[in-house]
Amino acid sequence: MIDVEHLSIGFGETVILEDLSFSVQRGEIFVILGGSGSGKTSLLKCMIDLLQPLAGTIRIEGVEKTGLNGGPPSYGVLFQSGALLGSMTLLENVRLPLEKWTPLDNTAIDAIARSKLRLVGLEGFEAYLPAEISGGMKKRAGIARALALESPLLFLDEPSAGLDPVTAVELDDLILTLNSSLGMTMVIVTHELESIFKISRRCIMLDRDARGIIARGDPRELREQASDPRALNFFNRISPGA
Amino acid sequence: MDSEAGHAELRFSGELNFRDASQLSGDVRRLLEPLAGLVRFDLSRVQALDGGSTAVLLELQSELSQRGARAEIVGAEGSVRKLLELYQSRPARLAPLHPEDAGFFDHVGRLTLEWLAELRGMLAFGGDVLAYGLAALRAPRSIHWRDVGGLMERAGVGGLPIVTLVNFLVGLVIGFQSAVQLEQLGADIFLADLVVLSVTRELGPLMTAIVVAGRSGAAYAAELGTMTVSEEIDALETMRLDAYRFLVLPRLLALLIIVPMLTLIADVVGSLGGLVVGVIALDLPVAAYLNEAHFALVDLGSGHHVAMGLLKSVFFGAAIALISCQRGLAARGGAAGVGRATTSAVVTTLFALIILDAGFTILGHVFDF
Repeated sequence: MIDVEHLSIGFGETVILEDLSFSVQRGEIFVILGGSGSGKTSLLKCMIDLLQPLAGTIRIEGVEKTGLNGGPPSYGVLFQSGALLGSMTLLENVRLPLEKWTPLDNTAIDAIARSKLRLVGLEGFEAYLPAEISGGMKKRAGIARALALESPLLFLDEPSAGLDPVTAVELDDLILTLNSSLGMTMVIVTHELESIFKISRRCIMLDRDARGIIARGDPRELREQASDPRALNFFNRISPGA
Repeated sequence: MDSEAGHAELRFSGELNFRDASQLSGDVRRLLEPLAGLVRFDLSRVQALDGGSTAVLLELQSELSQRGARAEIVGAEGSVRKLLELYQSRPARLAPLHPEDAGFFDHVGRLTLEWLAELRGMLAFGGDVLAYGLAALRAPRSIHWRDVGGLMERAGVGGLPIVTLVNFLVGLVIGFQSAVQLEQLGADIFLADLVVLSVTRELGPLMTAIVVAGRSGAAYAAELGTMTVSEEIDALETMRLDAYRFLVLPRLLALLIIVPMLTLIADVVGSLGGLVVGVIALDLPVAAYLNEAHFALVDLGSGHHVAMGLLKSVFFGAAIALISCQRGLAARGGAAGVGRATTSAVVTTLFALIILDAGFTILGHVFDF
């Protein structure tokens, strides 16, 4: 579904990632992980058109991405903070992409937006403002908004970050449900190991010094037999100096 | 669609896309008039449907039930059935964060409590600042003096052009309005008295304070509001750096010093505005205007008018700083909360300035000052 070939990312003279190639299969949950400063968020920004790569290509369904265009988005995005618009209620936030990009009437938009909030467990919270709800609920609402346009592809930036363990597990369950029931392809940027082991069967690990991928495959196998010692340390929570 | 007496069956086929949901629901509503007692949506020939279409179908089912019909969705298989089940499921509903409104009186009660809490917050803030201010007098080094110079520069030097222009124009306007009337009475020379007294006692301090409230007050509220919602204030607290000493007192001191200084400049340029009118419209000699202005300010009022204006400006400066900082520190709820805090700071400050000005005028009259 996504093909990344020889991608290089940087800012000015500084190159963060070099000659990166990988692919994401349709319907899978694919995790991009790495330590702080490894460039995983920059890679995500490239994939969602917020950053132009220095070189290389990203293809979604065979179509090369050329930056933001004027058309409707072909994917949904959950930002780390939820990124809900603070002046709008949760329902209005989910209605927003439908109002912008579909010719649907008000009744249909309302029915769809409410169903998305119900799907993520936020029934009864339609009239709440983002400032009135918890961090976990903001992420759920962010997912509901990302689902609004029925995109088959969802990008999630640190979905579990800043959440308590119970809420993080609930969010992981929601991601698994959406993946299995809707057949969505999901690309998740995270470094929460418990979450990675639970939801993903394929990942790539980025490293700041290598400026690229140092491990790829099933995270549970990598924990046992990653060839790169940095990846082995990461998956087993071992400090490099230990 | 098959329709028999009291029974209607709608057969859907192909792929149902949410972008056609409005047309779909419109067609279904049209076909189901008059409404049958039993309605079946047959999805056995549907190859695929998405979440949006599912939501609209379920909404139609619910709508028909509410109108008294029995509506069933039948024939869904495979992925279509799976999606229907997902959207029909009710995930564990999270508990509401506050009880739902009981009605009008509940709403009024809640607003009253919020207003009282806000008032209590403002009074507590005033008390805290006073306490910290007195404590700072005993230990002046506890104030974050490093910021005071920069804040004075931002409020003073930054605000000088607009303060100068506004007050010059105010002097000019009063001058023109008065010149017409005074000329008819042959009292041209009293233009100086009228402009200089109006500017130094009332309009100079007030217009200067309004400009400072719009520039510096709004900036303080937005700055402190952003710091509050982004947890910077909490971070200061955890480092035991008190927000009052670190942020509020420097701003208060800056405006206590700068607003009177700007007011003095406003007095001068406002009076010059009147001079320009006197020279141009009434052919008054410059020396005559200045002599009359000096007589009005020094001999006639023994300097009270300028002193009263400056005294007001000190209180105006304090009001701008305190209200703006309090509003900023009380900001809640992200970017929208900062916007609300800034608007509230400016509106409340302008209201307070007018109230203070009226209070000073009444007290001045009572005590003949």
